[in-house]
Amino acid sequence: MQFMLLFSRQGKLRLQKWYVAKQDKDKKKIVRELTTMILTRKPKMCSFLEWRDLKIVYKRYASLYFCCAIEDTDNELITLEIIHRYVELLDKYFGSVCELDIIFNFEKAYFMLDELLLAGEMQETSKKNVLKAIAAQDLLQEAEDVQSALEATGLA
Amino acid sequence: MPTPIRLRDLIRQIRAARTAADERSVVQKECAYIRTTFREEDNTFRCRNVAKLLYIHMLGYPAHFGQLECLKLIASPRFTDKRIGYLGAMLLLDERTDVHLLITNSLKNDMNHQTQFVVGLALCTLGSICSPEMSRDLAGEVEKLLKSSNAYIKKKAALCAFHIIRKVPDLMEIFIPATRSLLTEKNHGVLMTAVVLITIMCELSPDTLAHFKKLVPNLVRILKNLIMAGYSPEHDVSGVSDPFLQVKILRLLRILGKNDSEASESMNDILAQVATNTETSKNVGNAILYETVLTIMDIKSESGLRVLAVNILGRFLLNTDKNIRYVALNTLLRTVHADTQAVQRHRSTIVECLKDPDVSIRRRAMELCFVLINTNNVRTMMKELLAFLEKTDPEFKPICASKMFSAAERYAPGRKWHMDTMMKVLTTAGNYVQSDVVSNLVHLIPSSNELHAYMVKQLFRAISEDISQQPLVQVAAWTIGEYGDLLLQPDAEADDPLKVSEDEVVNVLERVLASNLSDIVTKEYAINALMKLSTRFPNSEPRVKSVVSIYGSHVNMELQQRAVEYHALFGRYDTMRAGVLERMPLCDIKKNMSSASLHNGVSNGSDEDLMPDDMPVSKAKPAQQQQQQQEQSSSGLLDILGGLSAPAPQPSRPPENNLLDLLDLGLPTDTSTMPTSLGTQPPIAPAPVNNVLDSLFTSQPIIAPALLKSDIPLITVFEKNGLKVDFSFERNGDQLTISLAANNSSSQSMDNFMFQAAVPKTFQLQMMSPSGSTIPPNSSGQITQIMRINNPTKQLLRMRLRLNYSHGGVEINEQSEVNNFPTSVWQ
Repeated sequence: MQFMLLFSRQGKLRLQKWYVAKQDKDKKKIVRELTTMILTRKPKMCSFLEWRDLKIVYKRYASLYFCCAIEDTDNELITLEIIHRYVELLDKYFGSVCELDIIFNFEKAYFMLDELLLAGEMQETSKKNVLKAIAAQDLLQEAEDVQSALEATGLA
Repeated sequence: MPTPIRLRDLIRQIRAARTAADERSVVQKECAYIRTTFREEDNTFRCRNVAKLLYIHMLGYPAHFGQLECLKLIASPRFTDKRIGYLGAMLLLDERTDVHLLITNSLKNDMNHQTQFVVGLALCTLGSICSPEMSRDLAGEVEKLLKSSNAYIKKKAALCAFHIIRKVPDLMEIFIPATRSLLTEKNHGVLMTAVVLITIMCELSPDTLAHFKKLVPNLVRILKNLIMAGYSPEHDVSGVSDPFLQVKILRLLRILGKNDSEASESMNDILAQVATNTETSKNVGNAILYETVLTIMDIKSESGLRVLAVNILGRFLLNTDKNIRYVALNTLLRTVHADTQAVQRHRSTIVECLKDPDVSIRRRAMELCFVLINTNNVRTMMKELLAFLEKTDPEFKPICASKMFSAAERYAPGRKWHMDTMMKVLTTAGNYVQSDVVSNLVHLIPSSNELHAYMVKQLFRAISEDISQQPLVQVAAWTIGEYGDLLLQPDAEADDPLKVSEDEVVNVLERVLASNLSDIVTKEYAINALMKLSTRFPNSEPRVKSVVSIYGSHVNMELQQRAVEYHALFGRYDTMRAGVLERMPLCDIKKNMSSASLHNGVSNGSDEDLMPDDMPVSKAKPAQQQQQQQEQSSSGLLDILGGLSAPAPQPSRPPENNLLDLLDLGLPTDTSTMPTSLGTQPPIAPAPVNNVLDSLFTSQPIIAPALLKSDIPLITVFEKNGLKVDFSFERNGDQLTISLAANNSSSQSMDNFMFQAAVPKTFQLQMMSPSGSTIPPNSSGQITQIMRINNPTKQLLRMRLRLNYSHGGVEINEQSEVNNFPTSVWQ
């Protein structure tokens, strides 16, 4: 996978993960181009399109479009499954996820993605393991916060 | 400084902004605040501020001033800080900024951290934003982690290595030893990432590919276990166990089995098993089947397996899910050339896909249809494609029309069907037809003599109703111009005999000329056609003349020039008009044009006029191509003959030389453009040329007499392998006429005989057409050819000869010099 984008029906970017190095203005241009292209597609059309030398796989979940750019040799159908897996993880984590969750907790969405994919490839096929890792890291954070709160009030 | 606002409060504020300007002001205020806090080196809230900055960055605002802060966060001992810091690094830094080099040290430290999650963060970041330098620095650390006993770290290290290898392929060797053992793991995550790592190694290096070939049995075993193992809740997706891992393994098998029959052999069973056992009701199953099909097609699988694969694709085509149909069409397009027979079975399904609501599916179906056309199904296919052409989007019409044309040409069951089909294409595709189709059709029509009358009537009918479709009008105008006389002949057998008068025809052409719908190219066609009709329709001559003279003052230069010249043709050169406007002869330049259109469907000079500026009849552009080719070949000859240059050592292009020569002598010099352009006419069959020339000039001998009567002795200039060439001479002052006779005493005939000659610079050489190109065996016949040499300086005549012919299937090239010319020839 070369990059993944999440954007709303109004074209607002909610998440962007790039697995290839590009300049900032190139990234902006690509995002703009793809958002317009995908938003103009009708619901009956198929989920794949060709763009430059890449294949774009996209799927709409409620008000969010999940869009991945894969290489010519990659399997489009399994990419759809990867997208679905990511949505399932977010759903489990946030409890019935909606766009607002992703807006207000964007950093957690990134963390979840980083536990699922690395360098554009899937690293863990077990839902349970991904959620376990995230939970453990959240726990670490919480422990630290408690610690620093205690220190701040002079109790630790 | 007051406590910085929380991230979610900022988000709420920004979202509450009503207008873009509002939003900008909120953001700018916050950015300024954040910048100040950064300067103050506040540790406590740095994390929060960077998080806010990242949100602002996602909205599209510049956030580069946060880069250094990310570094500070990464260096902090707190996990929370590191988490946000690394995220910031991944979002704000990329390889091109210099700042990222500073992370290298932090990364190194964190990769040796005791907490696995910190190691994970570092590996993740390295897998995202590493530059070649960073890769080199940290590859060793990654390799160490690859050997860790912790599965969590192992899998991340494997993907990090994958990324590094893609960036710097040279570093591959470091990771190879550790990789092999990865496949023995039970953990699916490690297995998967290991397969990915091995895949990239094999893709990048053929040596590594060979090294890993021995893994094929292991992979087959793993795949088998996956399928047979039964339900495993952890990895199950809709009833399929770990489809992601299955797909990755299948992909690696594809790479290992390519071009290797032994490896492919060992995979056959498992591939068949996967293909038959996978559940197809959900997308996951189909994803696996898709990968399996791709693998079967790529490796050296047995034919049964290939048929199975094509059948799977056929089933995909019937699937209600459009994504699956798309994927199937795509794959079929890629593999149809290898397994055409198998794909033919699914032809009807593919034709159905032409009517699919999704445009990308329609396009693929169209391309596939074109590949599948053969002599058996051409009629039905063309019918379907015509219906498709009618309804399709404008962007496909040109390609479709051009491809239909080439397909019709290749597989047409009969001339009439071919013409009819092309007419339908022209009327359906309207103005989207590319001009290469027009020119191809124009070359095609003369080739089928019996259909001239039919075609001209059909085309006339078409344009008398509607002149808006330019390509159709162009073809029709040309045809009417050429065969207008046939239009007048009554056609008793036709179901609907067309009774047409000269006036009606001229009306139509005039309308085309005058109409705003016609573009310039069409008008040029029309005026040419009208001109030709002036000879075909004797009664309409004055009318044509008046129309032509009107256009003599047309705004467009091209049209005006033609009109003026045609008007001149009516005037001073009326005697030549008939000859000039004769029927166009058949040309075989069609081959050049149709091959071009087959290959790229792009027009040869789209809107450019196909006809030269001053030549009314012939198509000079293709002829010019030929002319150029000729010139190239003649210069080649000069080179070969070693610099004995001559102004015109002509390779044998018989009629053209005739024309050039004879007309050169005959025509008045004002229309100096005429002879040269006539000379660029494509090779003409001898008969009409002779007619033309006979009416214009006293007839010149075209075919050389076998021997020239003269008192100069004849000489044998070449004798070898049964081929004997004699020269006989006739001298007329400075001009010498040589007649050569080529005889074949061998038992096999000599075909494609070509004679070329070169003389020193001071001479002028002209070659006439040979009597033929085949010398029959056993001296039963001969080829004769005339050469004219001008020798004003009375120099010693020398000549170099080049003879090419094929004898008994062997190509023979001979060269020789003639130095034994009798002195009476040149002195």
